[in-house]
Amino acid sequence: MSLQFVVDGLLTGSMIGLGAIGVTLTYSILRFSNFAHGDFMAWGTYATLTVVGAIAAMFGKVAPIAPLSFGWPLIVALVVGAAFTALLALLLDKVLFSRLRKQEQAIIAVMGSFGASMALRSLLEFIFTSRPTYFSRAIQIAMPVGFGIRITPDQIALLILTAALVLAVHLLTTRTQTGRSMQAMSQNPALARIAGIDVASVVRVTWVIGAALACVAGVMIGVLVQIRPLMGFDMLLPMFAAAILGGIGSIPGAVLGGLIIGLAEAGAVQLIGAEWRAAVSFIILMAVLIVRPIGLFGVRER
Amino acid sequence: MIDLVGYGAFFLTTALIFSLVTLGLNLQWGLTGLFNVGLAGFVAIGAYTSALLTTPDDPAGLGGLGLPILVGWLGAMLVGGVAAALTGIATLRLRSDYLAITTFGVAVVVQLVALNAQKLTGGPFGIGFIPRPFGGLAETPLLFNLSNLAIVSAVTLAAYLALEHLTRSPWGRVLKALREDERAAISLGKSARFYRVQAFAVGGAIMALAGALQAHFIGFIAPDNYLSILTFQVWVMLIVGGSGSNAGAIAGSVLVWAIWAGSGTLTSVLFAPEQQARAASLQIVAIGVMLCVILLVRPNGLFGERPRRARFGKLTKSTASESGS
Repeated sequence: MSLQFVVDGLLTGSMIGLGAIGVTLTYSILRFSNFAHGDFMAWGTYATLTVVGAIAAMFGKVAPIAPLSFGWPLIVALVVGAAFTALLALLLDKVLFSRLRKQEQAIIAVMGSFGASMALRSLLEFIFTSRPTYFSRAIQIAMPVGFGIRITPDQIALLILTAALVLAVHLLTTRTQTGRSMQAMSQNPALARIAGIDVASVVRVTWVIGAALACVAGVMIGVLVQIRPLMGFDMLLPMFAAAILGGIGSIPGAVLGGLIIGLAEAGAVQLIGAEWRAAVSFIILMAVLIVRPIGLFGVRER
Repeated sequence: MIDLVGYGAFFLTTALIFSLVTLGLNLQWGLTGLFNVGLAGFVAIGAYTSALLTTPDDPAGLGGLGLPILVGWLGAMLVGGVAAALTGIATLRLRSDYLAITTFGVAVVVQLVALNAQKLTGGPFGIGFIPRPFGGLAETPLLFNLSNLAIVSAVTLAAYLALEHLTRSPWGRVLKALREDERAAISLGKSARFYRVQAFAVGGAIMALAGALQAHFIGFIAPDNYLSILTFQVWVMLIVGGSGSNAGAIAGSVLVWAIWAGSGTLTSVLFAPEQQARAASLQIVAIGVMLCVILLVRPNGLFGERPRRARFGKLTKSTASESGS
C-alpha cells in the first residue's frame, strides 16, 4: 500500500479538524450540537467564491502566485468570506439560537439547528443550483517528495495555513483573557456569570471563531476538491466524530480527532474503496462512545 | 370526479404512512424525550428488509425469498426494532446530544449501504417488483388506491390504539415518570436506560413498519427515498401536531403533507420545467423556516399542550451522575 494516503489523510484531516473546532466550541460553551455548522462551511465557501468573482470582474484576470493555483484575490476573498460567515452565525444566533437556548430543553436548540441547516442548504441550492463548481480548473503537477508520496504546492500551502490557524486559536483560548473566559463558561456557566464574565461577548467570540474556521475549511475543500451546496452537510458526521473523539471542549483534541479520522478515511479508501469512506467516521464514533465517551482529552462532565 | 377520489385516496395513503413514522417518533421524542435525527435510516431499514423478504427470487442479487407480505412487514419491524435497540444501548447512557449524533450517523450508514451493497440492495437503482397487496386490482386504479388506503388506515389505526394503550399502561407511566422526574423514578427502582432502550426500539420498529408499508404501496424503492429530507419532514409533522400527543402526530402529518404536496403542485404549475429543481429547494427553505418559527413561537406545537416535561438541565445532570457512579 502506497504511503500517499498519509498526505491525503492529513489534508482531509485538516478540513475535518478546522470544522470540528467550531463544533466542539459550540457544544462546550453554548451547550448544543449545531447541525448547521456544516452549512456555515458551504455558505463561507460560496461567499468566498462570489468575492473572487467580483474581484475578477473589477481587476480583470490576476495571475496566480508562482507555484500555487490561486493568487491574491482568493486570499482577500477568504478573509471577506470568513467575516461574512461569522456575521451569518451571529445573525442566526440573534434571531434563532439565542432564543432557543433560553428555552427549557437544550435539545430544542439542536432541533432548530437541524431546521436551519435544511433551510440554509436549500437556499444555497436555490441561488447557485446543485451543480458542482471550482475555484480554478487548472491542474497542478504533484511533486514527488520521496517514499512514493506526491504533493502539490496548494496542498503544502493549505497544510501550513491549517497549522498556523490551529496554533493561533490554541494561543487565543489558553493565553488571553477572552480564552480564559471561554473556558470558564464551558466549565461552569453559572459561576462564570457570577464572576462577572461578559457572557454575551464570550458567545460572540465562540460563534466568530467557529464560523471563520468553518469558512477556511470549506474553502480548502473548494480548492482541493470541489464546491457543492451539500459539501458542508457531508462533513457533518466526520466533524462530530472528530469533536467527540478528541473530547468535547478540547481544541487540540478536535484537531487531533480530525487528523485521525482523515487518516483512517484515506487508509480505508485505499484498502476497501472510496464508496465506503463515510462509514469510517461512524465506526470511529461508535467505538469512542462505547469505549471512552469522554474522548481523548475530554473531562468528565460536572 | 373519479380521478379526484383516486387522488384523494393516494394522498391520504401517503399521509397516513407518514403519520405512522410520526407516531414512532412521538413515542421516542414526545413520550420519552429521545432525539432521533436519523429516522430516515430506520424507515429505510424497514423498506429494504421487507422488500428483500418478499420479492421473487432474483439470480443477480442476494435477496428475493418470495415470502408473504405479512412476513415482510413483521421482519421489517423486527430488524428495525433491533437496529434501534442497538443504537439505544450504545448511546443512551450518555448525554442526549450523543444519541442525536449517532442516529444521524445511522442514517448516513444506511444510505451508504443502500447505495453501495449492490448485491443486497440493488445500489442506486434500488429494488423493483415488490409485491403489492391487491396487486390484482392494479387494472382499476380507483379500487386499487381505495383498498390500499383501507389497509394503511387499518395499520395506522392499530398502531394508534396500541400506542394510546401503551401510553396509559404501567409501562407508559414509567416513561412519563422518567421524563418528568428521572431521579424520583430511579429511586423507585426503575432502570432509566432499560425503559428508554425499549421505547426507542418500539419506535424504531414502527418506523420500519411504515417504511415497509410504503415500499409495498409503491412497489419500488431506491436510496433517494430515504435522504435527510424525510427525517426533516417527519420532525416538522410532529412539531406542528404537538409532540406528546398521538392524535396530534396524525393530524400534523396530514396537515404538513397537504401543505407539502400543495406547494409542490403550485411550484410545478408556476415554474418552467428547468426551474423546478430550484423551486423545489425554495419549498424546503420555506418548511425549514416554518419549523424554526414554530419552535420559537409555540415549541409545543400548534395543537400541543403547555410543557409537562422535566427541565433538560435537570435531566442531563442526573444522567451524568448516573453514568458517573
